[in-house]
Amino acid sequence: MLAFVIQRLLQAGVVMMVISAMVFIGVYAVGNPIDVMIAPDVTQEIREQTIRAYGFDKPLWHQYATFLQRLATGDFGRSFVYNMPVLNLILSRLPATLEIALAAVMGATLLGIPLGMYAGYAPHSWLAKTIMGLSVLGFSVPTFWIGLILIFVFAVNLGLLPAGGRGETVLLLGIDWSFLTGNGLKHMLLPSLNLALFKMALMIRLARAGTREVMLTDTVRFARAAGESEWTILRHHVLRLIAIPLVTVFGLELGSTLAFAVVTETIFSWPGVGKLIIDSISTLDRPVMVAYLMLVSLLFIAINLTVDIAYAALDPRLRARKSA
Amino acid sequence: MTDMTAKTAKTRPVAVDSPLRAFMREFAQDKVSVVALTVLGLIVLLALIAPLITPQDPYDLSKLVLMDARRPPGHVGSNGFTHWLGTDAQGRDLYSAILYGLRISLQVGLMAGAIAFMLGASLGTVAGFAGGRTETLIMRIIDLQLSFPAILLALVLAALLGQGKWPLIAALVTAQYAYFARTAHGAATAERSKDYVEAALSTPLSAARVAFRHVLPNCMPPLIVVATVQVANSIALEATLSFLGLGMRVSEPSLGMLIANGFQYMLSGRYWISIYPGIALIVLIVAINLVGDQIRDQLNPRLRR
Repeated sequence: MLAFVIQRLLQAGVVMMVISAMVFIGVYAVGNPIDVMIAPDVTQEIREQTIRAYGFDKPLWHQYATFLQRLATGDFGRSFVYNMPVLNLILSRLPATLEIALAAVMGATLLGIPLGMYAGYAPHSWLAKTIMGLSVLGFSVPTFWIGLILIFVFAVNLGLLPAGGRGETVLLLGIDWSFLTGNGLKHMLLPSLNLALFKMALMIRLARAGTREVMLTDTVRFARAAGESEWTILRHHVLRLIAIPLVTVFGLELGSTLAFAVVTETIFSWPGVGKLIIDSISTLDRPVMVAYLMLVSLLFIAINLTVDIAYAALDPRLRARKSA
Repeated sequence: MTDMTAKTAKTRPVAVDSPLRAFMREFAQDKVSVVALTVLGLIVLLALIAPLITPQDPYDLSKLVLMDARRPPGHVGSNGFTHWLGTDAQGRDLYSAILYGLRISLQVGLMAGAIAFMLGASLGTVAGFAGGRTETLIMRIIDLQLSFPAILLALVLAALLGQGKWPLIAALVTAQYAYFARTAHGAATAERSKDYVEAALSTPLSAARVAFRHVLPNCMPPLIVVATVQVANSIALEATLSFLGLGMRVSEPSLGMLIANGFQYMLSGRYWISIYPGIALIVLIVAINLVGDQIRDQLNPRLRR
């Protein structure tokens, strides 16, 4: 098991190196941030001075080497636009994203799995068909469109909930949180719901597909023959057998929420990392783009590693092979 | 003879049916799927003949009248025709803009889907068929890519490549080919060990011919399922990217861009600019997904006992 973990960690390190080079070259190959950073009417001298100050006159490999050197000391560079260390900038925006992402994934899982299992247990009942119809809708309708409708219905027409912003926040452990105030929760509701719907649809579909297949297997037939109640069968056998893909998706979804948050945060003007990356793309704020992509890659690699280990813990067959 | 099969077909499924006909009959038994397929066909038809049935060319800026901008549905414009779905901020007739937008969405979605299909299926088949180092290399890259959400990849690529149809399609293909590759790889690996492949390889046929003419066709069923999902996905992705301002150019508004342009007016109650293009988009995507769902259920051997 330990050898397995070490091997995977080494692999992850190599992958991170490759990604850093790809991200760096990709981001630096396009757009000239100088045009965005300084006014077009400045003298040639100031222009060249700025170019030199940022090291843009050096060849790409040299810039990359400098970047890696700084990265080794934990320095991602300074944002061109906000003029502050990128890492601090991203970390200051992260809690806002984490708040709605966690709320969304938890809600989606707690509601989606029971609904999906029911739909798989009684696939021909009208309730199952309704659940599946809604899940197709949640799966098909783009996130941004659901966000618009939520704003239109709850903020514009009914006037019940705010259309954007974080609302009141409370300082806890040196970080601003919205979920601790009533007003903040009100602001969180629509963005979290917006983020959750797609994930819930996904959970429903996975749970349904898994349950349908497991219900046809001998496991269930024997359990029934042994006189176990349907409820016990669902809870003890089916849920456990379909748990593996669900855990994978739970892990991956937690990560991909960061990506989807881009859309949701833009619509609800939620000041998280997603809004930050969209703003930096439009202002060509290279250090922020590079750092964000590197951190997201790191996050995904970490999640994949965790999911692999969780697999080993959940699946007795894999566990046996590893310890043998 | 044909009469007899037709008669018996009505009463019960017949064993002599070709696989395709049996497939279509089973498909026809599900009412929802038939409706979805009909709606899909209708949308494609409307998009194809859009120039013939719309009162205005929404891309011809000289035909747009600013005086008619942001009018509610039913407004009779200064051009003399009625804007049944209202107009947008540039005075575009929304009905015309939506049909033209559907053209773009379908074009981009199908193009991206087709290119991703070809690229992914080839890579996956080669990997599954060749095995060894080639397989390890290709599949490592694919797995790595699949661990990132497609929307994030597409977002970054669209930002790097710039606006317009082809950069957008390139971004969508890069974000999606991996799904085809993984599916084709799985299927090709399973096919590779079958006897007919051994038999074909023992004839003087080249390995490439065996891979693409014999193995690939047998990998089609799962690939078709992925294709329906991915076409719907690329249409949704295109709309999302355009909504974020990273997709199509402003001069050629796709559905996503129409929705984005209407967003700011929604807060002041001018709902139609965003809502109608959105409904068109959703009907299109839901129809594709419903058809795809049915195909998937029918092709899944594990649901047949």
